[in-house]
Amino acid sequence: MSSTTAEGHEQEGHGGHGHHGPSFLAHHFDTPEQQFESAKLGMWVFLVTEILMFGGLFAAYIFFQGVKPELFIEAHHHLNKIQGGTNTIFLLTSSLTIALAVRSSQLGKRSHATAHLVATLLFACGFLVIKYFEYSHKIHDGLLPGPAFCNPQAVELAADAACKTMSKDSHVFFSLYFMMTGLHGIHVVIGMGLITWVLLRNLKGEFSSEFYTPIEIVGLYWHLVDLIWIYLFPLLYLIT
Amino acid sequence: MAATDVAVPGGRDSGSSGDNFLTVKSGLKSWLLTVDHKRIGLMYLAAVLFAFGMGGTFALLLRAELLTPGKTFVDAKVYNQFFTLHGTIMVFLFIIPAIPGVLGNFILPMQVGTIDVAFPKLNLLSFYVYVIGALIAVYSIIAGSVDTGWTFYTPYAAETDTSVIPMVLGAFVMGFSSILTGLNFIVTVHKMRAPGLTWGRLSLFVWALYATSVIQVLATPVLAITLLLLIMERSFGIGIFDPKMGGDPILFQHFFWFYSHPAVYIMILPGMGVISELIATFSRKKIFGYKAVAMSSIGLALVSFIVWGHHLFVSGQSEFATIAFSFLTFLVAIPSAIKVINWTMTLYEGSIDLKTPMLYALAFIWMFTIGGLTGVFLGVLSVDVHLHDTYFVVAHFHYVMMGGTVMAFLGGLLYWWPKMTGRMYNESLMKVSYGLVFVGFNATFFVQFFMGSKGMPRRYYNYLDQFQPMHAFSTVGSWILGLGFLVMLYGLIQSLRSGERAPGNPWHSLALEWQSSSPPPLENFEKQPTVTHGPYDYDLVKSES
Repeated sequence: MSSTTAEGHEQEGHGGHGHHGPSFLAHHFDTPEQQFESAKLGMWVFLVTEILMFGGLFAAYIFFQGVKPELFIEAHHHLNKIQGGTNTIFLLTSSLTIALAVRSSQLGKRSHATAHLVATLLFACGFLVIKYFEYSHKIHDGLLPGPAFCNPQAVELAADAACKTMSKDSHVFFSLYFMMTGLHGIHVVIGMGLITWVLLRNLKGEFSSEFYTPIEIVGLYWHLVDLIWIYLFPLLYLIT
Repeated sequence: MAATDVAVPGGRDSGSSGDNFLTVKSGLKSWLLTVDHKRIGLMYLAAVLFAFGMGGTFALLLRAELLTPGKTFVDAKVYNQFFTLHGTIMVFLFIIPAIPGVLGNFILPMQVGTIDVAFPKLNLLSFYVYVIGALIAVYSIIAGSVDTGWTFYTPYAAETDTSVIPMVLGAFVMGFSSILTGLNFIVTVHKMRAPGLTWGRLSLFVWALYATSVIQVLATPVLAITLLLLIMERSFGIGIFDPKMGGDPILFQHFFWFYSHPAVYIMILPGMGVISELIATFSRKKIFGYKAVAMSSIGLALVSFIVWGHHLFVSGQSEFATIAFSFLTFLVAIPSAIKVINWTMTLYEGSIDLKTPMLYALAFIWMFTIGGLTGVFLGVLSVDVHLHDTYFVVAHFHYVMMGGTVMAFLGGLLYWWPKMTGRMYNESLMKVSYGLVFVGFNATFFVQFFMGSKGMPRRYYNYLDQFQPMHAFSTVGSWILGLGFLVMLYGLIQSLRSGERAPGNPWHSLALEWQSSSPPPLENFEKQPTVTHGPYDYDLVKSES
């Protein structure tokens, strides 16, 4: 009960009804700044929840890696560092392109923003294509979680399947590998959907230097998708 | 009695002229597609009351089965399903969404003096996500039910042939509803406050909901990944929690309680916020130690994250971890005691008005204190080894959750009922219902402390003959409790049908939401309020008038 100043509201006593703000301003907000700041804070809070959700998997990883370090070292040699590295470069670059898309729309350069969003989408597609090849390779080698590990009844094993020389308990590494990259992959797909959504709205000309909130918050989300991968890549692919 | 006209310039104290949020639009569609936080709050009310009725029915059934040792009317497997359904429904469908979803949604935007929450569509989405999750969970009852207990411990949860996946998936989905509500409240409190409404003038209910939202946002995602891993465990046998596959079942317990311990604070903190409102209004006195009460909410939120290991004292975690978690657990007593002592100090020399909501608040103080202090017993390692998994824990938990949160929810519901519906309830009928609930609750659960300390294990279908009188006492208590709720339900329906029209501010409160008409207009206030003092500054008003 100490301070007596009003915060966050430049417009005092405007009556609450009948705004005459710009068309993008939702009825329950007073100013475009308030709306923009709210959207941004909302997305940041959401990103915190994402980090905690992945945090559970990271905690499981740390636990099992601590208990069975030799299994993790053996198993991780069967991940393709070249493909993983390429995907890392793809995602890092896509983070740059989406940042450029935000900047372009901030400056009102609509066609630049479109080009950067399309580039981001292409990098994301590239990521998924490589992921597809990685996954199918794992399946042929029988490198799968649980009872499916090296199980000729579950999958058609290649003649020289890598799993045949490995200890049965290695499957825990692949459980974590598929959980972590799978959940991350779902986030990539959701991110692509969101980027497509802002791309379409940008093409319709809904954004300007006054209003580019959706691109900004989709950008924030995409950076998180990238950030998670930056941790997944060394933890899974680069143990030694 | 326009005692509070001076309180908020532009506020109103009398019944409304013109449309309110209930009459402004009509038809089913105007409800189902509404983005108005008040209507969403009322839809939550209908949903959680339904869930409460369902969870309560299972409670009555399981208590009835425990009337005699051995089989009373169902066999052991059905009994296991009764207590599992009671627990999961009460936790995930009722008590977590109850106060934030109903009272929070309705009152929080009004107490911060704004038109709506920051993201109204997200708010509606969170309601539907809750409904979908609840339906998936209820579907598991038809699909063969669940017998794991609400904690879903592995490896049993991975092996039982009952339909664990729908129940777990339902809890997973409802978690997102909880996250979205929390997110919405955090942003609303940060960005939507009325002019003049500084952090130091926020109501303690808003402070408590803010602290709750922080826990919801930080803890619920961990539950999400835990339940997802459990679903994967059951579907594909990924082996993370299965010792046969090289996994670790204790890891599940760590994950589960990392969410579920903070979750108990998601349940109790909003209740504490309600109690602060009730005590101040019905003592007509400035709340004692405003800052301490506000900060103790934040303190509880923080402490809640570092005590989960006290659920694993006998599960085989390291001795060092056990000692550390025991010590940290005692920290919980500090913010809890700050609240109880400050409420009591507020009562001191207040002009106390014993309306029914105030009776619930006083019941809360008593029963939460019993629940809290028995929690300290359980935090003591040597005592816990004896009491672990006995009825003592059941009684402790219910004294906090039911003697605490449910009392606060009922008190808050009656307190804000005139604001939400525009009708007064029947005071003497509600006092009868209060008496039944109070007596029934204590009869049901106090005796369980004795049973537990004598070694009666929780969740058991059968028991030694020596426990029979106490079990019977508890069961009869549950009937009184059930009757109390029925009387209350009757009173609420009667109020809706023929209750007296409520004035804008029947309790003469200074809090912002009461400065509007009852029920409030669509945009909450006739005019954007400008706040010039805190919600409990009864001393200022007295000196002014």
